[in-house]
Amino acid sequence: MSFGNLDLNTVWFGLVGILFTGYVILDGFDLGVGALHLFVARSDEDRRLFLNAIGPVWDGNEVWLVTGGGALFAAFPMVYATVFSGFYLAFMGLLCALIFRAVAIEFRSKHPSPRWRRFWDWSFALGSVGSSLLIGIAMGNIAWGIPLDAEGEYAGGFLQLLHPYALLMGVTTVALFAMHGAIYLVLKTEGAIQARIRQWINPLIIAFILCYVIVTLATLLYIPHITEAFRREPWFFSIVIPVVLLIANIPREVNRGREFLAFLSSCGAMAGLMALFGVGMYPNLVFSQPLPEHSLTAFNAASSTKTLGVMLTIALIGVPVVLAYSASIYYIFRGKVKLDRMSY
Amino acid sequence: MSVEILARLQFAFTIAFHYIYPPLSIGLGVLLVIIEGLWLRTRNPLYHQMARFWTKVFALTFAIGVATGLVMEFEFGTNWATYSRYVGDVFGSALAAEGIFAFFLESGFLAILLFGWDKVGPKMHFFATCMVAFGAHFSAIWIVVANSWMQTPAGYHIVGEGLRARAEITDFWAMVFNPSSVDRLTHTVIGAWQAGAWLMVSVGAYYLLRRRHRAFALQSVKIGLTVAAVAAGLSLVTGHTSAQGVAVNQPAKLAAMEGHWVTGPQAPLHLFGWVDVASETTYGPALPGLLSWLAHGDTARPVIGLRDIPPDERPPVQFTFQTFHVMVAVGFALIALAAWGLGAWARGRLEIPGCCSGVSRFPCWVRRSPTRRAGGPPRSAGSPGSSTSCCAPRMRFRRSSRPARSPSPWRCSPSCTYCSSRCSSFC
Ligand code: HDD
Ligand code: HEM
Ligand code: HEM
Repeated sequence: MSFGNLDLNTVWFGLVGILFTGYVILDGFDLGVGALHLFVARSDEDRRLFLNAIGPVWDGNEVWLVTGGGALFAAFPMVYATVFSGFYLAFMGLLCALIFRAVAIEFRSKHPSPRWRRFWDWSFALGSVGSSLLIGIAMGNIAWGIPLDAEGEYAGGFLQLLHPYALLMGVTTVALFAMHGAIYLVLKTEGAIQARIRQWINPLIIAFILCYVIVTLATLLYIPHITEAFRREPWFFSIVIPVVLLIANIPREVNRGREFLAFLSSCGAMAGLMALFGVGMYPNLVFSQPLPEHSLTAFNAASSTKTLGVMLTIALIGVPVVLAYSASIYYIFRGKVKLDRMSY
Repeated sequence: MSVEILARLQFAFTIAFHYIYPPLSIGLGVLLVIIEGLWLRTRNPLYHQMARFWTKVFALTFAIGVATGLVMEFEFGTNWATYSRYVGDVFGSALAAEGIFAFFLESGFLAILLFGWDKVGPKMHFFATCMVAFGAHFSAIWIVVANSWMQTPAGYHIVGEGLRARAEITDFWAMVFNPSSVDRLTHTVIGAWQAGAWLMVSVGAYYLLRRRHRAFALQSVKIGLTVAAVAAGLSLVTGHTSAQGVAVNQPAKLAAMEGHWVTGPQAPLHLFGWVDVASETTYGPALPGLLSWLAHGDTARPVIGLRDIPPDERPPVQFTFQTFHVMVAVGFALIALAAWGLGAWARGRLEIPGCCSGVSRFPCWVRRSPTRRAGGPPRSAGSPGSSTSCCAPRMRFRRSSRPARSPSPWRCSPSCTYCSSRCSSFC
């Protein structure tokens, strides 16, 4: 298929962004459930409820990461190569966390011994928090900028990635996912456990908002290339308003008992945050600092136009189908979780 | 150790895991479709039980497949960054297509397969099972296409120089249907069917030997064996076409697989052997002319030997030779095993017919251990079987009611005691 004069590079910048946004929104809540697993769910039954609340969907949610990674590889191979090899240890940590988490969900309830279950409970919780933290740290570094050489190779070390801004972004992500997960759990549970989760929602929202304000201030003060983008295109600020409104709407809907709307607000807020991140970065995919001329952009790091076109055809065929059946699967599994014979 | 070796070791370790579990789920996917199809047709509750049990096994292999697959995808970037820059244009699109067409399909419908028994009707559930099986096959398709493209590249050109050189697609379909993708794909997928089918046979046979869940076990063996037998035969066929493809496209590889040094007609096929790389000869029993016949369908046609290939372009010969021969030996052993199993089935001897006969004669210790380990009922109480023959444990077994085991997929009903030799309604 031919796409005429369409700016395929920008289209793919957006599509990769959408895939990763889908990932943080969807896997965000099941990672958040993991963060709450040890503190909020105390009895074995509560913990099984938590696992079964995400049971049918967590795996499909993770596919957004896989596909986002694949799309990045196909559309922007230079970025894929630089980021994945540059953040080597961070990514190995992320993988380790994701593996333990996946295996913990499957294995935990297959054997009744308390020691067995305790081990996998801890794996699940630490895996979830660890992955959220590392995802945030990676985002923080992308925004802050990393040293790149003329070949586009990462020229720093691992510890250099752990600067305060990135860590702050990591903590913010953990708080955001925990809040998002708590709202999801309120939606999926009932009775005493639901009441207990409800009590956690307000503190989590406050924690997230605190982190978010600090991150925003730090961004405005220390990351000139993003503030520059906003100064150039002031209409970007119009994204900020709905984000703030949506976040404020969450506690309101929770208190009224309309959990579903609260969950949608939280999803919308996350989408808005990702959009802000995207427009602030464009056209850079990886910002190089201190030498901005080495930055990898949607134009100098992309595949050939031919490949971008083929891929867009694939995406146009595949994505609507994926969205349709993903939505119907969420629809089939709507409602409160119940433990039955096939549960975890 | 150099970084390169470490990176290779890490990749080898993860692909080794990934190449065990996803093929199992490809095979089990097909078997689940068969079992659920049988259930829809016959409404025999046994098939329903089987479908539920094997779904759980499927979920486990699937989870490990996903966990290792995620690592593999990241490793292209973490371990092989320069290569990824070079081939991203070609390779990335296959991988992204895999994500969109296969992984979403599989993981989405897996939710219904696993958790949807009471949420959707049987037909919808069957549809979900089919989609999961399709998804598993699609996952194999794109990655095997990518692997085949690396071995017999097509539909691309190289642009740029030095470190900036990159492969770019010129013809998408030529890239997908490169000369070796169809051969490799059919052979790999059929191998995966065998893997899943033999898993089912093994678990069934294990239960038969231990005399647990007999009806379930017997039916698993029968279904597994049928698929395994078909797939074992097809492995031979597709393996043969693969070899013919290798002869045309990668003659150096064929020569190394067979330890074939001198170009010429009547090229021999070694049954097994040892390659002396220094003196460029291969020792071992050989069937003259057979390699020529296998590669080109004609004993008179020459097959290129390694001596005609510059030393720096030769693959590692010894290792290739040995591993290839192990593969072929395993392939024929599995064909033989399938034939033997079908024979036992035809004679009605898949189950243990009587005491110490048929299948059960050899592994007496296997049969004795369950009573011991279960620690179960007081063994000698009233048992006449104080004899030391291998039948004794089974006789005791028969008299006591069986202890319930928690991890089993369902409980046997109370009437489920070991009855006479041919009882097949065990549960
Ligand atoms: C599940 C794993 C597995 C199993 C059971 C087998 N193989 Fe294999 N084989 C592979 C996994 C593999 C592989 C990992 O996929 C290789 C290694 C390099 C490659 O490209 O594929 C491979 C390569 C490979 C090659 C070299 C082709 C190439 O480099 O592309 C041949 C000729 C065979 N195999 C043949 C066989 C035969 C005849 C088998 C059984 C009788 C067999 N393999 C079993
Ligand atoms: C370097 C090579 C490979 C990479 C990078 C890779 C990547 C992946 C990834 C990322 C997943 C997880 C998908 C999810 O989240 O659902 C996966 C799963 C899967 N892969 Fe691979 N894969 C590779 C090789 C193979 C091969 C050779 C086969 C088959 C012969 C295969 C078959 C599958 C299947 C069937 C699944 C689904 C999960 C399962 O059934 O266990 N993959 N792969
Ligand atoms: C008599 C039986 C068999 C014969 C003659 C045979 C022959 C071959 C040949 C010639 C190849 C090389 C293809 C190539 O290089 O592209 C091959 C590859 C392969 N075979 Fe077999 N095969 C047999 C059975 C099996 C079995 C039983 C399995 C697995 C259970 C299996 C799994 C594979 C795999 C995974 C490959 C590698 C595919 C690739 O190159 O990516 N084969 N086989």
